[in-house]
Amino acid sequence: MLALFKLERRPETSRAMVYCSPLIAVVLTVFTAMIMFSLLGVDPVKAITVFFIEPISSVDGIAELCVKATPLILIGVGLSLGFKADVWNIGAEGQLIIGALSGGGLALAFYDQESIFLLPAMLVFGILGGMFWAAIPAFLKTRYNTNEILTSLMLTYVGLLVLSYLIHGPWKDPDGQNFPESRLFHESALLPILIDETRLNLGWFVALLVVALGWVLVSRHVIGFQIKVVGMAAMAASFAGFKEKKLVWLTLLVSGGCAGLAGVIELSGAIGQIVPSISPGYGFTAIIVAFLGRLHPVGVFFAGLLMALTYLGGDSAQISLNMPNAVTGVFQGMLLFFLLASDVLIRYRFKFSQSPPMSERQQ
Amino acid sequence: MAQSPRLQVVDITKSYPGVVANDKVNLTVNPGEIHALLGENGAGKSTLVKYIYGVHEADEGRLVWEGKELQISNPSHARKLGIGMVFQHFSLFDAMTVEQNIALGIDRKQAGGDLPNRIREVSAHHGLFLDPSRYVHTLSVGERQRIEVVRCLLQNPQLLIMDEPTSVLTPQEVENLFKTLRLLSSAGVSILYISHKLQEIKALCHAATIMRRGKVVARCKPEEQTTKSMAEMMMGQNVSSPVRSSAQTKSRVSLDIVDLSVSSTHQQGTDLKNINLQVLSGEIMSVAGIAGNGQREFLEVLSGEVLVDDPSMIRFGDIGVGRMGPMDRRKIGAAFVPEERLGHGAVPDMSLWENVLLSAGPQIKLVKNGFIRLRAAQKFTEEIVGKFRVVTQGVRRAANSLSGGNLQKFIIGREIIQKPRLIVAVQPTWGVDAGAAVSIRQALIDLAGTGAAVLIVSQDLEELFEISDRICVISNGCLSAPRPTASMTVQEIGLLMGEAGLGGKGASPI
Amino acid sequence: MILEWLLPAILTIVTAATPLVFAAVGEAVVEKAGVLNLGVEGMMVIGAITAFATAVSTESGILAVIAGAVAGLALSLIFGVLTVYLQSNQVATGLSLTIFGLGLSALIGHSYVGKTFSGLPKLQLPVISEIPILGQLVFGHDGLVYLSVLSVMAVAWFLNRTRAGLVLRAVGENHEAAHSIGYPVRLVRLSAILFGGAMAGIGGAYLSICYTPLWVENMTAGRGWIALALVVFASWRPWRAFFGAYLFGSITIIQLYAQGMGVEVSAAFLSMLPYVATIIVLVLISRDSIRARLNAPACLGKNFHATG
Repeated sequence: MLALFKLERRPETSRAMVYCSPLIAVVLTVFTAMIMFSLLGVDPVKAITVFFIEPISSVDGIAELCVKATPLILIGVGLSLGFKADVWNIGAEGQLIIGALSGGGLALAFYDQESIFLLPAMLVFGILGGMFWAAIPAFLKTRYNTNEILTSLMLTYVGLLVLSYLIHGPWKDPDGQNFPESRLFHESALLPILIDETRLNLGWFVALLVVALGWVLVSRHVIGFQIKVVGMAAMAASFAGFKEKKLVWLTLLVSGGCAGLAGVIELSGAIGQIVPSISPGYGFTAIIVAFLGRLHPVGVFFAGLLMALTYLGGDSAQISLNMPNAVTGVFQGMLLFFLLASDVLIRYRFKFSQSPPMSERQQ
Repeated sequence: MAQSPRLQVVDITKSYPGVVANDKVNLTVNPGEIHALLGENGAGKSTLVKYIYGVHEADEGRLVWEGKELQISNPSHARKLGIGMVFQHFSLFDAMTVEQNIALGIDRKQAGGDLPNRIREVSAHHGLFLDPSRYVHTLSVGERQRIEVVRCLLQNPQLLIMDEPTSVLTPQEVENLFKTLRLLSSAGVSILYISHKLQEIKALCHAATIMRRGKVVARCKPEEQTTKSMAEMMMGQNVSSPVRSSAQTKSRVSLDIVDLSVSSTHQQGTDLKNINLQVLSGEIMSVAGIAGNGQREFLEVLSGEVLVDDPSMIRFGDIGVGRMGPMDRRKIGAAFVPEERLGHGAVPDMSLWENVLLSAGPQIKLVKNGFIRLRAAQKFTEEIVGKFRVVTQGVRRAANSLSGGNLQKFIIGREIIQKPRLIVAVQPTWGVDAGAAVSIRQALIDLAGTGAAVLIVSQDLEELFEISDRICVISNGCLSAPRPTASMTVQEIGLLMGEAGLGGKGASPI
Repeated sequence: MILEWLLPAILTIVTAATPLVFAAVGEAVVEKAGVLNLGVEGMMVIGAITAFATAVSTESGILAVIAGAVAGLALSLIFGVLTVYLQSNQVATGLSLTIFGLGLSALIGHSYVGKTFSGLPKLQLPVISEIPILGQLVFGHDGLVYLSVLSVMAVAWFLNRTRAGLVLRAVGENHEAAHSIGYPVRLVRLSAILFGGAMAGIGGAYLSICYTPLWVENMTAGRGWIALALVVFASWRPWRAFFGAYLFGSITIIQLYAQGMGVEVSAAFLSMLPYVATIIVLVLISRDSIRARLNAPACLGKNFHATG
């Protein structure tokens, strides 16, 4: 073979590469993006500035960054637990929607009443709603051995249709102009704003709290340890006596609950009513966030901020450069590709062969 | 000899990260010769033959085939030259038929036409009966090996490489295989026979090349040697045996298995049928058997990874544990050592101290209120490493950074240090270097000396004869009645292994 | 009276099923080689937009289909290099392929929203096509429908009757053994992945130039995922995948017709049918875990790295 280099397994996985790999991926993505921009006839330096610098050069921008990062971080922390345990919940988008509808439904039911209990109850309902939607794949996986990837994803489509049904039908604003939107939430159903004139709300602190809890769980608690063992070596987990089904339930419920919480926070913090598109794909982007954050809560925090930036960058590119904001998805996909590619260096290293092997034989 | 050698390899060197698998290895095989390649696990035998068969390239060295120097670029090329190979881990496809498996392993031209008939012809001629239309997953291990042999013979090989062919056969099946090999040898076929079993080599082989740590350390004629002298060449040291202190009084029943029947949870697994066994405290009980006769299922049921319906089918002391999970069984003093070290007994990518938490978490109080006590765990791990002389750069290193022998010492140490009253160990010294094997056996003997019941499941008869008080045999999910080791012979065990077993009398060739 | 709507219904079932046939049969080959590519949705949607863009600018249906296939293949090449040569996790890589494909297609498709294409010509044979009912049923489709049937036949023949097919299955069954006998495991896998990518691309092309000849963002609407479910449903057998696709096609069409006939259920609930049906089918298939495992290629989803 004419291979100039080949992969060689490292004697032990490289911990340094675990942390370097995301940085390499980001650099490669930015580099490729610049090439792409210049091919599209846009000055690459300007484009990168518009995309990554402009959106966060004001207080308002930074507040918006946190608003967008909130759901990504919340869902990312939940998903990373599952991914660690080899449980592939990719239906977080659906769980987010059902969570939002559960919490939002409560807000609509008490739309004309002032109560300090409403908001906490909404958050709890949101969590429960997300959990319920994730419990279906959990039940099917533990009971019938059904692949959770496909079921959780199919349920996302069902969730989207439930949303569509509700706001075109029973939950449509009776006083509205026949738009598919619910009525506006009561003041006491809205999360308090942290900085005036921005959308930054209490949800941001909730996300930080979840990161902290996730960190404790993963690095100090025996549940986190069990999750890691199940994902790395299922047989060793059964040898130790960890109950795999219990962990499947747990990780799916936690990730569903986090997604549901993100949904209700998005409604009561950033939107204020139920609309047809509650999420611009946070549930899917959070998958990338989880990987980019090395399936670790603290990593997810930074990855969430970075991904939120790609959303803002997409909007800003749309306004300043007249580009479709779908460019965000391209960025995100590319980033994940580069990440997965550079992750090879964690377990392997490149070995360059100076000369074709066995050439010494021709004597 | 007037004839040129059939195969010569000269100064072969091949290294993997961190280890030189072959270091300037030389080997000569003559026509019609049965040549033993002898060495412990990890000595570099498999690496060498995979190079000869073209599976991988070497870093340096050359190969001369029937007087001509050439490069064997891939297995298909090797087959064209007339080299056939029977792999240790069979290269078979379970979901396919015998015919399809054979077709895949021979060249395109030969695979067509009346292949099934040719398979029947060749297998009948050599006394290796095979039905071409059977699916591989329905066959016994012995029958599977026949597929590999017939696959080679169909191509009229000049050299047949056999990698540890007898490790999966009963002694009777081994005899049949030897007959076939001698027949081939007298017809002029060279055979390169890889093994670490000394009696077999003495019985079968004309010449031997002995390897240790990637190097050829000796050449000899096995008939002129004793097994002891060959063992010393192979291991490079005087082989010491573990010391057994004076016999204990063994009366109390520590493990009591009554009428245990369990269906396997594995694909193509073996169901356990009506097993009865009592292991006394202070006793070393051994379960001999060819792999795949229910050993895996037996361990799972004992460790609690698979539960049985009736709790009293398995009793530890007075407690019926059939419905208890592994954690609860450990709490009442049981410990387990699975066969597979990486992935079952330990998590490859986790550090040693994390691996300690797998089985020692609750007992040693390394977990408090659900939280892991990092320092305590690390300190406890250091204790294991020190006490059992595990060679490692530290307790934060991953389990897969340890050599096989050191990892096994670590795993056995992790269990023994908890002072269990019952330990079940499967293949405790498989693939472990001689030094580590001796210290592991000694540790198990010492544990029995403290009054614990020790149950060992192993294929290694030499090991079982060396350390056990009583031996029973598992065959096709049935367990024979245990008998004192002193009253048993290898032949008797062989018969018990074949009895009702896979590849037993019914399916026996000739 | 019944015939009046039954015939067009069957014809629409065919058009609804055909993209699934392409994608599912392609993925069946990929999985038979031991690779799980969850990026079918991404490859389909890229195939859809590329084919549509080509169709609009060249007015050539054939070029459009080829472009769709090439686009799907190109995307699967990324997946192949990452998983086969760089050992990346197949599940994660497949997911990112979908995310990337959806994003890239939206980016490319931005300027094609609202444009239309006349669609592929239907096969029209003199006399035969005019036979009532039968003529239309058998001969009145566009070329891709026939291609989809042909591809199922070809794949079934390839997998079960050829040596190359045997080798491909061997690689999916036990890659270590296939390697030690001397088969190029990675090359076989990469080829299978590329074939699967091209087939998904054609499936996507069918959506955007035949099924609904226009471009809508995310127009695959989960069909790639349904195709993945179909492969499991079919126990990795091409003909079963074909019939599975027609079954799902029927469910999609029943939903459309029920709405048309004024069934008193919200459109949203009827639209859920294919997704809910997929879940139910998956549960039915995977209930018997031993049987499910026996049919599955034993190395499915596992990466191969030769030690040496």
